[in-house]
Amino acid sequence: MKSLKSIVSIGLSALMAVGMAGCSGGTNGGGDTSAKKGVTLKALFMKQAGYSETDINAMTKDFEAANPNIKVDLTFVAYEELEPKILTAAKTGGYDVVLGDCIWPSQFAKSGMVLDVTDRVKNLNVSDIYQGALDSTKYNGKYYGVPWLNDVKYLYCNKSMLSKAGISAPPATWDELIADAKAIKDKGIVQYPIAASWSQAEALICDYTVVAGGFGGAFVDANNNPTLNSDANKKALSFMYDSLKSGLTNPKSLEMIEDDVLGTFTSGNAAFALNWTYMYNESKDASKSKVVNDVEIEPVPGEGSVKSATVNGGMPLMITAGSKNPDEAWSYMVYLSSKDVQKKYCKDALPIWKSLYSDSGVISTGGADLVKVSNTQYQYIVNRPQVSYYSELSNNMQSKLQSVLLGKEDAGKALDELQSKAESLQNG
Amino acid sequence: MKKRKSEERFAYSVVSPALIIVFFVVIAPMVITLMYTFVNMDSTSTRTGQFMGLHYYISALSSAQFWADFGRTMYYTVLSTAAETIVGLLIALLLDQDFKGVKFLRAITIIPWAIPTVVNGSLWKLIFNGQYGVLNAILLRLHLISSYQSWLGDPGSAMNAIVIADAWKMTPLAVIFFLAALQGFNRATYEAAMVDGAGVFRRFWVLTLPYLKPTILIVVVMRTVEKFKAFDLFYIMTRGGPADGTKTLMYDAYLKAFTNLNYSQAATYAYLIAIIVVMLTVAYMKIMRKGSDELE
Repeated sequence: MKSLKSIVSIGLSALMAVGMAGCSGGTNGGGDTSAKKGVTLKALFMKQAGYSETDINAMTKDFEAANPNIKVDLTFVAYEELEPKILTAAKTGGYDVVLGDCIWPSQFAKSGMVLDVTDRVKNLNVSDIYQGALDSTKYNGKYYGVPWLNDVKYLYCNKSMLSKAGISAPPATWDELIADAKAIKDKGIVQYPIAASWSQAEALICDYTVVAGGFGGAFVDANNNPTLNSDANKKALSFMYDSLKSGLTNPKSLEMIEDDVLGTFTSGNAAFALNWTYMYNESKDASKSKVVNDVEIEPVPGEGSVKSATVNGGMPLMITAGSKNPDEAWSYMVYLSSKDVQKKYCKDALPIWKSLYSDSGVISTGGADLVKVSNTQYQYIVNRPQVSYYSELSNNMQSKLQSVLLGKEDAGKALDELQSKAESLQNG
Repeated sequence: MKKRKSEERFAYSVVSPALIIVFFVVIAPMVITLMYTFVNMDSTSTRTGQFMGLHYYISALSSAQFWADFGRTMYYTVLSTAAETIVGLLIALLLDQDFKGVKFLRAITIIPWAIPTVVNGSLWKLIFNGQYGVLNAILLRLHLISSYQSWLGDPGSAMNAIVIADAWKMTPLAVIFFLAALQGFNRATYEAAMVDGAGVFRRFWVLTLPYLKPTILIVVVMRTVEKFKAFDLFYIMTRGGPADGTKTLMYDAYLKAFTNLNYSQAATYAYLIAIIVVMLTVAYMKIMRKGSDELE
C-alpha cells in the first residue's frame, strides 16, 4: 500500500513537472538563443494576400544573413486572426513585429498596444513615400508604424463588354459609369453590370469610402471630428442605393466580399468592379479566369471637382508595446520596407516609394498597366477615419448602411443617426 | 487515525493537479471576468480601472441593442430547438421500427453531427449562395422560384438559413436520445393496444409520448442552453448581417471584446447570457420535476 502510494505520488509529480516545462517552453523555442548574445524576433504576418509566404521567408533569410546576431521566427495567419492575435500578444511582447490593417494603428495607439516610432520614422526618406500610405500609421500627429503592404481599390472594366456596348473609353466620373452600365444592361450584354462587395463587413465601408470620396465627402474633418451626415456623403449613399434599385449593381452584392467580386468578374458576370490589386493578377491567370484578355484596370472615377478617390487598404508594420527588442524590431521593419527589397518583390505588391514607379525594373516585373495606373491612383488615396473608436464606428456603419441598401431605412436619416453615434463615441 | 490522515493527504495530492488546472483555467478567469463587469476595462478609455458599480449591467439591460439581440437569439433558439426535437422524434420513431437496412440508416444518421461546426457553416454558406448555390439551382429547376434568390442577403431569410444549417447538424443528437429511450419501451404494451383496436396516432399519443416526456425535456433543455450561446455558425455564415439581422447576444459580446476592445461591456454581456441560461435551466428543471412527479 505504502509503496503503491509513493509510486503514484512520484509519477504524478514527474507528470506535473513535465507539464509545467512544456507550458513555459512551448512557443519560446528560441529561449536559449536569447540568453546568449543573439536576439530572436517574433514576427506575425498574414497569409493569402500581398507578398507570399515564400517571399517573406526569403526576405527574412536575407535580413538574417546581413544581421547575424538576429534570428526571426515567422508566423502566418489568416486576416481574421490577425487582430485577436495582436490584441492578446501586444502587451506581453508575444510578437515583436506585427503586420496590421491600416485601420488599427489609431486604436492600438490609444490603448498602448504599439510603440510610438515618430522619431525613428523621421530618419527615413519620408518625402519619397506616398503621403496617403504614410498617414495610415498616424494618430494624434505621431507615427506608430511603417507602411509596408501597399493596396488601394481600383476600377476594373471588362473591355469586350464595353466595346460591345459601343463605349470607347472607361468612365471618368460616376455618372458616366452609371450611363455606361445602363447601356451595357440595355443591350443585354450582362444582367447586372456592376459587382460590389457590400456585405456586412469592412468591405462595405471600403466601397463607401471610395464612392463618398468621389463625391467629395469625408467621414471626419481635418480635426478628426465626425462629418458622417454631410450632403456629399448622403449623395454618395443614395447613389449606391439607386444603382441597386435600377438593377445596375448586382443585388447579390449585399452578401459579397472582395473574393466574391473576384469570382463574379472572372466568370464574366460583371462589366465593372471595384477591387484590390490582387484581382489584377488573379483575373489574368488563365487557370482561374475566363476574362484574361478583357481585363482593364483604371483609376476609380470621381465626380464634379474630384478627379478620383480610392480607399487605402494598405497594411503597416508595427512594434508591439511589450516587445523586449524594439531596436532590432525596427531594423527588421526598415529592411523589409526598404527600396531594394520592395523593388525585388514588386510582382506581389507595389512599393511605397514614389521614385520606384519610374524604375524600369519595377515596370517590367509589376506590369506596365498596373504600375501606370497606380502611379496615378496613389495620389488620390483616402484614409478611413483614424480615430481610436473606428472599429466600433465601422460596425455601426456596416449595419446601418446595409439597412439603407436593403431599402429599410432612408439614407439621410441613417447618416444622421450614425453622426450622433460617432459623436457619442468620440466623447465617450 | 494516522492511516486515515495519510490517506487524506494522499487523496489531496492526487486530486491537486486537476484542482490547480480547474482553478487557473476555469475559476480564476470567471472571477476576473466578473470583476471586469464592475470596473471600466475599455482599453481606449481615459478612465480605465475606475470602479463602475452596476453601470454596465444597467446600460446593457436598458439598451435597445441588447433586447434586439435577445429577441433574435430567442427566435433562433426556439425555432431550431423545436425543429430538432420534432424532426428528431419523427426520425427516431422511424428508426425504432424493424425493416431491412434500418441498422445502416441508424449508422449514417450520425454523420451530420460528426461534421465540425465550421465545416458545416461553410457548407451551408455555399449551398445558400445567391449566385451559384445548389439550393437556388434545385428550386429554379423545380420552378419553385423564378430567379436566384439571395438567401443570405436578406435579414429574415438569413436567420432561417442559419436555423436550417444548425438543425441539420444537431438533429442526430435528438434522434439518438429518443431512439435510446424508445428501445427501452415494452413492446407488449403496443401489441395489447393494437388488440384493443387503437390506431397508430392513438398509440403514439397515449403510450409513446407520455413515456418520452422526460427525454423530450432533457433534449429541449440541453439544446436551449447550447443555442443561447451560439456563435460559431453565425461567425462563419453571416458575421451578424445582413443589417444585423443575425446578430445574437454572443456575437455582439465577441464584437465588443475583439473589435471595440471594450472588455467590460463584453464581460457584462457574457454574464447576462450566463444568468439567462441559468434561469432557463432552473425553469426547465422545475417543469421536469413536475413532469416526472406526474408520471409516478
